Amino acid sequence: MRGILLTGTAAIALLGFAGLAHAEGELNIYNWGDYTSADMIKKFEQAHNVKVTITDYDSNDTALAKVRAGGHGFDIVVPSANYVPIWVKEGLLLEARPDQMENFKNVDPRWVDVPWDPGRHYSVPWQWGVTGIGVNSKVYGGDINTAAIFLDPPAELVGKINVAPEMNDVLFATIKYFGGNWCTDDKELLKKVRDKLVEAKAKWLAMDYSVTEKLPAGDYSAVYYWNGAIMRSRLTNADIKFGYPKEGYPIFMDSVAILKDAKNVENAKLFMNFIMDPENAAMISAFAKYANGIKGSEQFMPEEMKTAPELVVPAEYEKAGQFLESCSPEIVDLYSRIWTDVQK
Amino acid sequence: MASAAETARQAERADVRSRWLLSTPALLIILVAAIGPLFVMLAYSFMVKGDYGDVKFGQFSLDGWFSVFFSRDIFDDTVGLADAHLSIFWRSVKLSLITTLLTLGLGFPTAYFIATRPASTREVWVFLITIPFWTNLLIRTFAMQEVIRNEGILNTLMMWLGLIDRPVQLMYTDVAILFGMVYVYLPLMVLPLYASMEKLDFRLVEAGYDLYATRLRVLWRIIIPLVRPGIVAGSILVFIPSLGAYVTPRVLGGGKNMMLGNLIELQFGAGRNWPLGAALSITLMAIVMLALLVYVRNAARSGAQHV
Repeated sequence: MRGILLTGTAAIALLGFAGLAHAEGELNIYNWGDYTSADMIKKFEQAHNVKVTITDYDSNDTALAKVRAGGHGFDIVVPSANYVPIWVKEGLLLEARPDQMENFKNVDPRWVDVPWDPGRHYSVPWQWGVTGIGVNSKVYGGDINTAAIFLDPPAELVGKINVAPEMNDVLFATIKYFGGNWCTDDKELLKKVRDKLVEAKAKWLAMDYSVTEKLPAGDYSAVYYWNGAIMRSRLTNADIKFGYPKEGYPIFMDSVAILKDAKNVENAKLFMNFIMDPENAAMISAFAKYANGIKGSEQFMPEEMKTAPELVVPAEYEKAGQFLESCSPEIVDLYSRIWTDVQK
Repeated sequence: MASAAETARQAERADVRSRWLLSTPALLIILVAAIGPLFVMLAYSFMVKGDYGDVKFGQFSLDGWFSVFFSRDIFDDTVGLADAHLSIFWRSVKLSLITTLLTLGLGFPTAYFIATRPASTREVWVFLITIPFWTNLLIRTFAMQEVIRNEGILNTLMMWLGLIDRPVQLMYTDVAILFGMVYVYLPLMVLPLYASMEKLDFRLVEAGYDLYATRLRVLWRIIIPLVRPGIVAGSILVFIPSLGAYVTPRVLGGGKNMMLGNLIELQFGAGRNWPLGAALSITLMAIVMLALLVYVRNAARSGAQHV
């Protein structure tokens, strides 16, 4: 009986209906807001006859806290690089071995032996990008390749700046601005960082996530934010320019992983394999405007993305980019006290 | 005859018993769903914080409570008052008090207006007051954002009228937070005010005028003392949720300056300090209880004076 079933399944798989036979049902994705291509999801749903539900989160810590509390019902989560080791260490992720999946050959070698998931036993690349400067060139015409735009803002921009409400990204740029290293515990330098942020914050307008609407609309004239969102802003308002802080800027990558208590593991694995296909990866990027880490996806991307100044890092600023590693709990504690101090 | 008294007593006991039995489900729900979690929170506030959020179970620590009020200086390790927390506490209390006063100022005439309409139309007015409750708070807050943003309705209108020549920055200021909170909590002030004004005997007001009292004096000596319960109830209903407000400051305040709700959220999120978050929540509750207690005692005392 088993034998017949297996042969039958194999036959169907050969006919290319593997998805239909294996994975009818559901898939619950827990991802960052405004980050998932609806077209790509629709294609996946049709290809594998799976109903996909997407739930948003707005920070790594929100996602971590909610999943750890249990009873979430999610199958897939998309944590940032510096958080993946925490998820693994806390035993929340399934060792899904995407490196043994069919489409893994498409992953750019640069993103295979990554420090947060060596050899990719848990996660596959979703999108990667940088946190940089976006400025409305009608308001300010000077050099924008510097963190001074939000730390020592020119008079034209004072009171019109939005900064991502992300402790790590903001502290990273500020520490680099003073020539320090990420995860430093140099008190003297951190004091300068704190004082600078307190002083600079008075010149900001907001620390908010709604950049893709408010930057092009003119509510903000400058932002320190993620490159994809700034590119989307530029596509609605051509005056928006992108800058790479030459003192140092953080690089992030978000990776797709399966939760240990996922109910739809097979569908989740199908999804992992699906997004490593260059054509599908290109759909992800075409929506959110970040690079994806899948070889050969460029040819499927919209023309405007191949030359986008937000995505093609100029050689002179390439070295300034650095991965946001996760610091030790003591350093996190220190940094979050500085952060509370800044936000009081 | 003795047996008749006995039966009466028995009946009374049975009555008491059945009342207790009937209220058991409600009491159980309150115990399990409202008081239970408080104890969980209390327990968490005395534990050691986990490295990545959560707590280390069963490990006792006073760090959470210590850091509600005191902080070790980040740079020279001296212990001082936690001025970051205190200034956030103060901002919350200040904004909530102003919200309460503003809603009282706006709500009092509104309630008076409704209470003085003919009985047949009053219900329509009360109904109109409750209409905002039909829409989700978040949606109303985002709608408010459309009104006050630089390119929004209010600024466009004022520029069209020639009152201003460039947009006034309202979004992301304390004014925006107040605007949003007054709008959201106004019905909570109007409804209890109206409830006590409806019972107001307007013959007393007329009697006051007959005795040559000025309008102000009638308001001060007759109307306000008589609707005092409504004022107290409305103020409490507005002040308490304002103190814990989260959505409005987050959306309209631009997330630059925290209020208590946001500070607590930070501890359960990026701050990864659940014991501190729990201790802060309990402190917030203690403040609310204290405010209530003071209010009730004052109300009782001044009530006694008037009688």
